[in-house]
Amino acid sequence: MSPPPFTRFMEEHREPVYRFLLAAVGPHDADDCFQETFLAALRAYPRLAQESNLRAWVFTIATRKVIDHERARARRPAPVEHLPEQTADQPPDGDPEIWRAVRSLPAKQRVAILQRYVLDLPYADIARTLGCSVEAARASAHAGRRKLREALHPDGSPRTTGGRR
Amino acid sequence: MTMELDPIRRADVDRASRLAAEHVVERARRERLEDVVVASVDSPVGVLLVAATPRGIVRVAFPEEPQEAVLEELAADLSPRVLADPRGMDPVRRQLEEYFEGRRRRFETRIDWALAPTGFSRKVLEQTARIPYGSVSTYGEMARRAGSPRAARAAGNALHDNPVPIVVPCHRVVPASGGIGRYGGSEWRKEWLLRLEGWLQG
Repeated sequence: MSPPPFTRFMEEHREPVYRFLLAAVGPHDADDCFQETFLAALRAYPRLAQESNLRAWVFTIATRKVIDHERARARRPAPVEHLPEQTADQPPDGDPEIWRAVRSLPAKQRVAILQRYVLDLPYADIARTLGCSVEAARASAHAGRRKLREALHPDGSPRTTGGRR
Repeated sequence: MTMELDPIRRADVDRASRLAAEHVVERARRERLEDVVVASVDSPVGVLLVAATPRGIVRVAFPEEPQEAVLEELAADLSPRVLADPRGMDPVRRQLEEYFEGRRRRFETRIDWALAPTGFSRKVLEQTARIPYGSVSTYGEMARRAGSPRAARAAGNALHDNPVPIVVPCHRVVPASGGIGRYGGSEWRKEWLLRLEGWLQG
Protein backbone atom coordinates (compact mmCIF):
# COMPACT_ATOMS: atom_id res chain seq x y z
CA MET A 1 0.00 0.00 0.00
CA SER A 2 1.37 3.38 -0.98
CA PRO A 3 0.31 6.52 0.88
CA PRO A 4 -2.73 8.36 -0.54
CA PRO A 5 -2.23 10.76 -3.47
CA PHE A 6 -0.34 13.77 -2.07
CA THR A 7 -3.07 16.17 -3.16
CA ARG A 8 -5.55 14.31 -0.92
CA PHE A 9 -3.10 14.20 1.97
CA MET A 10 -2.55 17.98 1.79
CA GLU A 11 -6.28 18.65 1.47
CA GLU A 12 -7.02 16.58 4.54
CA HIS A 13 -4.40 18.19 6.81
CA ARG A 14 -4.28 21.69 5.33
CA GLU A 15 -6.62 23.33 7.85
CA PRO A 16 -5.40 21.87 11.13
CA VAL A 17 -1.75 22.36 10.16
CA TYR A 18 -2.38 25.97 9.17
CA ARG A 19 -4.34 26.59 12.37
CA PHE A 20 -1.46 25.18 14.39
CA LEU A 21 1.13 27.32 12.57
CA LEU A 22 -1.00 30.43 12.83
CA ALA A 23 -1.07 30.00 16.57
CA ALA A 24 2.58 28.95 16.85
CA VAL A 25 4.33 31.56 14.70
CA GLY A 26 1.65 34.15 14.03
CA PRO A 27 -0.15 35.29 10.90
CA HIS A 28 2.93 36.86 9.33
CA ASP A 29 4.97 33.66 9.12
CA ALA A 30 2.30 30.95 9.00
CA ASP A 31 2.27 30.76 5.20
CA ASP A 32 6.06 30.36 5.03
CA CYS A 33 6.12 27.62 7.67
CA PHE A 34 3.19 25.93 5.94
CA GLN A 35 5.11 25.83 2.66
CA GLU A 36 8.23 24.48 4.36
CA THR A 37 6.16 21.83 6.13
CA PHE A 38 4.38 20.47 3.06
CA LEU A 39 7.41 20.72 0.77
CA ALA A 40 9.42 18.69 3.30
CA ALA A 41 6.54 16.21 3.42
CA LEU A 42 6.44 16.07 -0.39
CA ARG A 43 10.18 15.38 -0.62
CA ALA A 44 9.94 12.51 1.86
CA TYR A 45 6.58 11.22 0.62
CA PRO A 46 7.67 8.45 -1.79
CA ARG A 47 9.91 6.93 0.87
CA LEU A 48 7.11 6.89 3.41
CA ALA A 49 6.64 3.23 4.26
CA GLN A 50 3.14 2.24 5.24
CA GLU A 51 2.81 5.26 7.51
CA SER A 52 -0.19 4.53 9.70
CA ASN A 53 -0.49 7.95 11.28
CA LEU A 54 -0.07 10.64 8.62
CA ARG A 55 -1.54 13.25 10.90
CA ALA A 56 1.10 12.72 13.58
CA TRP A 57 3.76 12.63 10.87
CA VAL A 58 2.81 15.97 9.32
CA PHE A 59 2.57 17.61 12.75
CA THR A 60 6.03 16.32 13.58
CA ILE A 61 7.33 18.10 10.49
CA ALA A 62 5.34 21.26 11.24
CA THR A 63 6.71 21.31 14.78
CA ARG A 64 10.25 20.99 13.47
CA LYS A 65 9.58 23.94 11.15
CA VAL A 66 8.29 26.01 14.08
CA ILE A 67 11.49 25.29 15.99
CA ASP A 68 13.64 26.08 12.89
CA HIS A 69 11.73 29.30 12.45
CA GLU A 70 12.35 30.17 16.09
CA ARG A 71 16.11 29.67 15.73
CA ALA A 72 16.23 31.76 12.56
CA ARG A 73 14.30 34.51 14.27
CA ALA A 74 16.63 34.44 17.26
CA ARG A 75 19.58 35.04 14.93
CA ARG A 76 17.94 38.04 13.29
CA PRO A 77 18.28 41.45 14.98
CA ALA A 78 15.45 42.22 17.37
CA PRO A 79 12.64 44.19 15.75
CA VAL A 80 12.25 47.84 16.70
CA GLU A 81 9.91 48.21 19.64
CA HIS A 82 6.47 49.75 19.29
CA LEU A 83 6.07 49.10 15.60
CA PRO A 84 2.39 49.18 14.81
CA GLU A 85 0.87 45.75 15.31
CA GLN A 86 -0.19 43.91 12.19
CA THR A 87 -3.87 44.51 12.31
CA ALA A 88 -5.08 43.37 8.92
CA ASP A 89 -4.05 39.76 9.28
CA GLN A 90 -4.31 39.44 13.02
CA PRO A 91 -6.51 36.57 14.18
CA PRO A 92 -9.90 38.24 13.78
CA ASP A 93 -11.26 37.53 17.21
CA GLY A 94 -10.21 36.20 20.55
CA ASP A 95 -7.89 37.83 22.98
CA PRO A 96 -4.66 38.96 21.24
CA GLU A 97 -3.02 38.99 24.65
CA ILE A 98 -3.45 35.23 24.95
CA TRP A 99 -1.81 34.71 21.59
CA ARG A 100 1.14 36.89 22.48
CA ALA A 101 1.51 35.00 25.72
CA VAL A 102 1.35 31.64 23.92
CA ARG A 103 3.98 32.74 21.42
CA SER A 104 6.31 33.84 24.20
CA LEU A 105 6.40 30.33 25.71
CA PRO A 106 9.47 28.15 25.11
CA ALA A 107 9.04 26.10 21.91
CA LYS A 108 8.29 22.75 23.57
CA GLN A 109 5.71 24.17 25.90
CA ARG A 110 4.13 26.18 23.11
CA VAL A 111 3.84 23.17 20.83
CA ALA A 112 2.42 21.04 23.65
CA ILE A 113 -0.14 23.72 24.56
CA LEU A 114 -1.23 24.30 20.97
CA GLN A 115 -1.48 20.66 20.05
CA ARG A 116 -3.33 19.77 23.22
CA TYR A 117 -5.76 22.69 23.51
CA VAL A 118 -6.12 24.06 19.99
CA LEU A 119 -5.87 20.86 17.99
CA ASP A 120 -7.16 18.54 20.68
CA LEU A 121 -4.47 15.95 19.94
CA PRO A 122 -3.86 13.10 22.40
CA TYR A 123 -0.65 13.22 24.44
CA ALA A 124 0.63 10.14 22.59
CA ASP A 125 0.69 12.15 19.33
CA ILE A 126 2.21 15.19 21.00
CA ALA A 127 4.95 13.03 22.52
CA ARG A 128 5.72 11.66 19.09
CA THR A 129 5.87 15.13 17.59
CA LEU A 130 8.20 16.39 20.32
CA GLY A 131 10.25 13.20 20.38
CA CYS A 132 9.71 12.66 24.09
CA SER A 133 7.73 10.42 26.44
CA VAL A 134 4.00 10.84 27.03
CA GLU A 135 4.75 11.93 30.60
CA ALA A 136 7.20 14.58 29.37
CA ALA A 137 4.63 15.87 26.86
CA ARG A 138 2.04 16.12 29.60
CA ALA A 139 4.55 17.92 31.82
CA SER A 140 5.35 20.41 29.03
CA ALA A 141 1.69 21.20 28.53
CA HIS A 142 1.23 21.56 32.26
CA ALA A 143 4.23 23.87 32.64
CA GLY A 144 3.05 25.91 29.66
CA ARG A 145 -0.40 26.25 31.15
CA ARG A 146 1.01 27.49 34.44
CA LYS A 147 3.21 30.06 32.71
CA LEU A 148 0.26 31.27 30.67
CA ARG A 149 -1.82 31.68 33.77
CA GLU A 150 0.92 33.65 35.46
CA ALA A 151 1.46 35.83 32.41
CA LEU A 152 -2.22 36.60 31.94
CA HIS A 153 -3.34 36.87 35.55
CA PRO A 154 -0.33 37.77 37.64
CA ASP A 155 -2.45 38.53 40.73
CA GLY A 156 -4.38 35.28 40.66
CA SER A 157 -7.59 36.79 39.31
CA PRO A 158 -10.89 34.90 39.56
CA ARG A 159 -10.48 33.47 36.04
CA THR A 160 -7.69 31.26 37.31
CA THR A 161 -8.87 27.70 37.64
CA GLY A 162 -7.36 24.65 39.20
CA GLY A 163 -4.88 26.70 41.17
CA ARG A 164 -3.01 24.97 43.92
CA ARG A 165 -3.85 26.41 47.27
CA MET B 1 -9.49 26.29 27.76
CA THR B 2 -10.07 24.82 24.32
CA MET B 3 -12.54 27.57 23.54
CA GLU B 4 -10.30 30.30 24.87
CA LEU B 5 -7.41 29.23 22.72
CA ASP B 6 -9.43 28.80 19.57
CA PRO B 7 -10.15 32.32 18.41
CA ILE B 8 -9.54 31.93 14.68
CA ARG B 9 -12.55 31.87 12.43
CA ARG B 10 -12.99 28.78 10.33
CA ALA B 11 -13.67 30.62 7.07
CA ASP B 12 -10.49 32.67 7.42
CA VAL B 13 -8.36 29.63 8.11
CA ASP B 14 -9.95 27.88 5.16
CA ARG B 15 -9.15 30.76 2.81
CA ALA B 16 -5.63 31.38 4.10
CA SER B 17 -4.71 27.70 4.14
CA ARG B 18 -6.05 27.24 0.61
CA LEU B 19 -3.77 30.04 -0.55
CA ALA B 20 -0.81 28.53 1.33
CA ALA B 21 -1.51 25.16 -0.33
CA GLU B 22 -1.44 26.89 -3.74
CA HIS B 23 1.97 28.30 -2.83
CA VAL B 24 3.13 24.76 -2.04
CA VAL B 25 2.01 23.58 -5.48
CA GLU B 26 3.77 26.49 -7.21
CA ARG B 27 7.03 25.73 -5.41
CA ALA B 28 6.67 22.01 -6.05
CA ARG B 29 6.34 22.81 -9.76
CA ARG B 30 9.41 25.08 -9.75
CA GLU B 31 11.45 22.56 -7.77
CA ARG B 32 10.31 19.69 -10.01
CA LEU B 33 8.84 17.71 -7.15
CA GLU B 34 5.64 16.88 -9.01
CA ASP B 35 5.80 13.29 -10.25
CA VAL B 36 2.21 13.35 -11.50
CA VAL B 37 0.17 16.48 -12.22
CA VAL B 38 -3.60 16.24 -12.47
CA ALA B 39 -6.18 18.79 -13.60
CA SER B 40 -9.78 18.88 -14.76
CA VAL B 41 -10.37 20.05 -18.31
CA ASP B 42 -13.84 21.11 -19.44
CA SER B 43 -14.92 19.69 -22.78
CA PRO B 44 -18.08 19.15 -24.85
CA VAL B 45 -17.87 15.43 -24.00
CA GLY B 46 -17.75 16.08 -20.25
CA VAL B 47 -15.16 17.12 -17.69
CA LEU B 48 -11.96 15.21 -18.39
CA LEU B 49 -9.46 14.37 -15.69
CA VAL B 50 -6.04 14.69 -17.31
CA ALA B 51 -2.82 13.43 -15.74
CA ALA B 52 0.73 14.07 -16.93
CA THR B 53 4.22 13.13 -15.80
CA PRO B 54 7.46 14.90 -16.81
CA ARG B 55 7.52 12.42 -19.73
CA GLY B 56 4.11 13.38 -21.14
CA ILE B 57 0.37 12.80 -20.87
CA VAL B 58 -0.20 9.56 -19.04
CA ARG B 59 -3.96 9.38 -18.48
CA VAL B 60 -7.23 10.90 -19.68
CA ALA B 61 -10.33 9.84 -17.74
CA PHE B 62 -13.97 10.44 -18.62
CA PRO B 63 -16.33 11.59 -15.86
CA GLU B 64 -17.86 8.12 -15.44
CA GLU B 65 -14.67 7.04 -13.70
CA PRO B 66 -14.68 8.16 -10.04
CA GLN B 67 -11.91 10.76 -9.58
CA GLU B 68 -10.81 9.24 -6.29
CA ALA B 69 -10.25 5.88 -7.95
CA VAL B 70 -8.21 7.44 -10.76
CA LEU B 71 -6.04 9.37 -8.28
CA GLU B 72 -5.50 6.24 -6.17
CA GLU B 73 -4.52 4.32 -9.29
CA LEU B 74 -2.01 7.02 -10.31
CA ALA B 75 -0.53 7.06 -6.79
CA ALA B 76 -0.23 3.28 -6.66
CA ASP B 77 1.04 2.69 -10.21
CA LEU B 78 3.25 5.76 -10.79
CA SER B 79 4.09 7.73 -7.65
CA PRO B 80 2.22 9.00 -4.60
CA ARG B 81 3.49 12.51 -5.43
CA VAL B 82 0.27 13.34 -7.27
CA LEU B 83 -0.51 17.06 -7.22
CA ALA B 84 -3.55 18.93 -8.47
CA ASP B 85 -1.98 21.73 -10.50
CA PRO B 86 -4.34 23.40 -12.99
CA ARG B 87 -1.69 25.92 -14.05
CA GLY B 88 0.90 23.23 -14.64
CA MET B 89 -1.56 21.65 -17.08
CA ASP B 90 -2.20 24.87 -19.04
CA PRO B 91 -0.36 23.87 -22.26
CA VAL B 92 -2.27 20.59 -22.50
CA ARG B 93 -5.57 22.25 -21.63
CA ARG B 94 -5.05 24.82 -24.40
CA GLN B 95 -4.42 22.11 -26.98
CA LEU B 96 -7.48 20.14 -25.92
CA GLU B 97 -9.62 23.29 -26.09
CA GLU B 98 -8.35 24.05 -29.58
CA TYR B 99 -9.04 20.47 -30.65
CA PHE B 100 -12.63 20.62 -29.37
CA GLU B 101 -13.16 23.94 -31.15
CA GLY B 102 -12.02 22.30 -34.40
CA ARG B 103 -8.87 24.45 -34.57
CA ARG B 104 -6.32 21.71 -33.90
CA ARG B 105 -5.74 18.55 -35.90
CA ARG B 106 -2.85 17.05 -33.95
CA PHE B 107 -1.50 17.22 -30.40
CA GLU B 108 1.98 18.57 -29.87
CA THR B 109 2.44 16.75 -26.64
CA ARG B 110 4.45 13.72 -25.70
CA ILE B 111 2.74 10.60 -24.45
CA ASP B 112 3.92 8.70 -21.39
CA TRP B 113 2.97 5.07 -22.02
CA ALA B 114 3.61 4.05 -18.40
CA LEU B 115 -0.02 2.96 -17.84
CA ALA B 116 -0.42 1.24 -21.20
CA PRO B 117 0.03 -2.50 -21.54
CA THR B 118 3.20 -3.81 -23.19
CA GLY B 119 3.65 -6.12 -26.17
CA PHE B 120 1.00 -6.42 -28.86
CA SER B 121 -1.45 -4.04 -27.12
CA ARG B 122 1.16 -1.31 -26.90
CA LYS B 123 1.98 -1.69 -30.60
CA VAL B 124 -1.72 -1.34 -31.45
CA LEU B 125 -1.91 1.89 -29.43
CA GLU B 126 1.29 3.25 -31.00
CA GLN B 127 -0.06 2.54 -34.48
CA THR B 128 -3.36 4.15 -33.55
CA ALA B 129 -1.53 7.33 -32.53
CA ARG B 130 -0.52 7.68 -36.21
CA ILE B 131 -3.99 7.64 -37.75
CA PRO B 132 -4.51 11.14 -39.15
CA TYR B 133 -7.30 13.48 -38.08
CA GLY B 134 -10.51 13.01 -40.03
CA SER B 135 -9.77 9.48 -41.23
CA VAL B 136 -10.39 6.05 -39.75
CA SER B 137 -8.87 2.61 -39.81
CA THR B 138 -10.18 -0.85 -38.85
CA TYR B 139 -9.45 -3.23 -35.98
CA GLY B 140 -8.08 -5.74 -38.49
CA GLU B 141 -5.76 -3.19 -40.05
CA MET B 142 -4.45 -2.14 -36.62
CA ALA B 143 -3.81 -5.79 -35.75
CA ARG B 144 -1.94 -6.24 -39.02
CA ARG B 145 0.22 -3.15 -38.45
CA ALA B 146 0.96 -4.37 -34.92
CA GLY B 147 2.22 -7.62 -36.40
CA SER B 148 -0.69 -10.07 -35.82
CA PRO B 149 -3.09 -9.80 -38.80
CA ARG B 150 -5.64 -12.23 -37.32
CA ALA B 151 -5.87 -10.56 -33.89
CA ALA B 152 -8.57 -7.98 -34.71
CA ARG B 153 -10.52 -8.79 -31.55
CA ALA B 154 -7.42 -8.45 -29.35
CA ALA B 155 -6.69 -5.13 -31.05
CA GLY B 156 -10.21 -4.01 -30.15
CA ASN B 157 -9.63 -4.93 -26.50
CA ALA B 158 -6.32 -3.04 -26.44
CA LEU B 159 -8.05 0.06 -27.77
CA HIS B 160 -10.87 -0.30 -25.28
CA ASP B 161 -8.30 -0.03 -22.46
CA ASN B 162 -6.47 2.96 -23.97
CA PRO B 163 -5.21 5.01 -20.98
CA VAL B 164 -5.06 8.25 -23.02
CA PRO B 165 -8.22 8.41 -25.15
CA ILE B 166 -8.70 11.43 -27.46
CA VAL B 167 -4.94 12.14 -27.48
CA VAL B 168 -4.29 8.60 -28.73
CA PRO B 169 -7.27 8.57 -31.10
CA CYS B 170 -8.76 5.14 -30.55
CA HIS B 171 -12.07 6.65 -31.73
CA ARG B 172 -10.58 6.52 -35.25
CA VAL B 173 -10.67 2.72 -35.32
CA VAL B 174 -13.94 1.16 -36.53
CA PRO B 175 -15.12 -2.34 -37.53
CA ALA B 176 -14.54 -3.41 -41.16
CA SER B 177 -18.15 -4.60 -41.25
CA GLY B 178 -19.55 -1.08 -40.84
CA GLY B 179 -20.85 1.05 -37.98
CA ILE B 180 -18.58 2.82 -35.52
CA GLY B 181 -18.04 -0.03 -33.06
CA ARG B 182 -17.31 0.05 -29.36
CA TYR B 183 -15.68 2.83 -27.34
CA GLY B 184 -14.23 2.69 -23.82
CA GLY B 185 -15.69 6.13 -23.09
CA SER B 186 -19.28 5.38 -24.26
CA GLU B 187 -20.25 5.11 -27.93
CA TRP B 188 -21.94 8.53 -28.08
CA ARG B 189 -18.56 10.15 -27.49
CA LYS B 190 -16.99 8.18 -30.32
CA GLU B 191 -19.75 9.37 -32.61
CA TRP B 192 -19.34 12.95 -31.38
CA LEU B 193 -15.57 12.92 -31.99
CA LEU B 194 -15.92 11.40 -35.47
CA ARG B 195 -18.49 14.08 -36.30
CA LEU B 196 -16.16 16.81 -34.98
CA GLU B 197 -13.41 15.51 -37.26
CA GLY B 198 -15.77 15.42 -40.23
CA TRP B 199 -15.59 11.68 -40.86
CA LEU B 200 -19.25 11.31 -39.88
CA GLN B 201 -21.57 13.75 -41.56
CA GLY B 202 -24.67 15.57 -40.31
